[in-house]
Amino acid sequence: MRQRSIDGIVRPKGVHHSLMRILLYAVLGLFCLYYLIPLIVMISTSLKSLEEIRQGSLLSLPRSVTFDAWAKAWSAACVGVRCNGLAPYVWNSVLMTAPAVFISTLLGAMNGYALTKWRFRGADTIFALMLFGAFIPFQVILLPMARMLGLMGLAGTIPGLIFVHTVYGLAFTTLFFRNFFMGVSDGIIQAAKVDGASFFGIFFRLVLPMSLPAIVVTVIWQFTQIWNDFLFGVAFTIGDSNPVTVALNNVVNTSTGVKEYNVDMAAAIIAALPTLAVYVIAGAYFVRGLSAGAVKG
Amino acid sequence: MVKEGNNAKRLRQALEQRLPQIVVAPLFAASMFFVYGFIGWTAYISLTKSGVMPDYTLTGIGQYVRLWSTPRWYVAIGNLFIFSSLFIAIALAIGVLLAVLLDQRVRAEGVIRTIYLYPMALSFIVTGTVWKWMLNPGLGLERLVRQAGWENFRFDWLVNSDYAIYTVVIAAVWQSSGYAMALFLAGLRSVDDEVLRAAAIDGAGPWRTYTGIILPILRPVFLSTVIILAHLAIKSFDLVIALTGGGPGYATDVPATFMYSFAFQRSELGVAAASATMMLMTVVAIIVPYLYSELRKTGR
Repeated sequence: MRQRSIDGIVRPKGVHHSLMRILLYAVLGLFCLYYLIPLIVMISTSLKSLEEIRQGSLLSLPRSVTFDAWAKAWSAACVGVRCNGLAPYVWNSVLMTAPAVFISTLLGAMNGYALTKWRFRGADTIFALMLFGAFIPFQVILLPMARMLGLMGLAGTIPGLIFVHTVYGLAFTTLFFRNFFMGVSDGIIQAAKVDGASFFGIFFRLVLPMSLPAIVVTVIWQFTQIWNDFLFGVAFTIGDSNPVTVALNNVVNTSTGVKEYNVDMAAAIIAALPTLAVYVIAGAYFVRGLSAGAVKG
Repeated sequence: MVKEGNNAKRLRQALEQRLPQIVVAPLFAASMFFVYGFIGWTAYISLTKSGVMPDYTLTGIGQYVRLWSTPRWYVAIGNLFIFSSLFIAIALAIGVLLAVLLDQRVRAEGVIRTIYLYPMALSFIVTGTVWKWMLNPGLGLERLVRQAGWENFRFDWLVNSDYAIYTVVIAAVWQSSGYAMALFLAGLRSVDDEVLRAAAIDGAGPWRTYTGIILPILRPVFLSTVIILAHLAIKSFDLVIALTGGGPGYATDVPATFMYSFAFQRSELGVAAASATMMLMTVVAIIVPYLYSELRKTGR
């Protein structure tokens, strides 16, 4: 009964209704095209020869598929003056992202756990102060961080970038875990405390295993953020230690020689592939991260 | 011996009790140092006459005076204003429209939602690269339309100083409007069925139900979406760099690229620090009241 009364508003019956449904799907379909066309253009351009790009049109599919542009983007495209392709920079991004995601997630989990399940005076204030760090425009810390990395001997290195991403990722990871632990009942943890389990004992044996959903959301969020980062990469690394986003931008904006759009597009797909794959495989968790990023309690 | 054992035990217990604080303390200290300490450093430098190297003698607001008499800064602020208002308005409109449409018991909703939202998983550099290719006047959209028969069609916004900033809006809306859709859809799904039933009993049509009842209920969602989009807009740096490089000339500079250019290319630390401080103050004005109300709401 209740269901039907709602049906009444959202789906009235009759010819008018079917027309509206057709219109609805038409609009939704058009927007699908709007979001998909750049991806399709990117893929089809990357599979064309430069000759075909000059003669054909933006939207035409490749007449003869060639993977030359991919090969070149991967191992021969010029990033500035070096022409080794994107491969070494993809590796840089992997070396930077994996530890930064792992460390910031682990520390965030511990922090969120301590702040919610072992409440002490000032815990809320500490959280509020830390949370602010997630929202500052990073331009405001670029200059001192550049000097700091210099002092630490980490200027222009991948460990330096790992450090920066861990420090500024902490606010977000703490936020995710705090929100998750707020929803976990204190009962089990109280019981464990009564049984004499220690802070770390409870954390590793009880809390971590049950926070798998929060871990997945956080890891995906951090992975996407850090892999896609450009600002820290361009400000704190030079040449050989560039992450892939910086290298991609250099490939595209290398002004010498003929503009090779097919290589640019292949390079863009290579840089995008890891985060796209994660999105396709674990989209639901990605969306949860996005809405948690909206600071919903 | 026994006494010592007791002491050790008591020490361990005391330590155990303090462990939560001991774990949080270094993380908190790090964030105090790297967030607030660094903000303080930048703000301090903005009050000195630092040039290529930092100079720690305070000289007052000279750098701000210089900043506000730099024509390029006005271009950056003007662009940020144009970009963020258009970006927020369009992304919001598309977001609401798509969320409402998707809320009509649509078949294959999951697939459609996935398609709408995937650009959010991309780096802004990737988005910029793609749109740079599609919008380039030589081989991109312009030629596509000409091939379709409109021989005199011109679309050179990307290289036109007066219009280049609008190409940034186009690419940013493409990337982030799905995010606005997701936030609204979540909001729509949280509206109580009772409200809908009451509306149906009152005989309100679909249009009235949405404009008169549901959307007003979602006012908080509007607010948080606007704030999130504004926050994205103020921080946008990568997209501008990848799409236009701030050019032609500095026609598409925004505060983020302005600061980067003065800090790392022109080595004018004082002006760079002053512009970074201005950016921070803008974000604080938007974010702090929002965070405050959000935290108070979820509270305890």
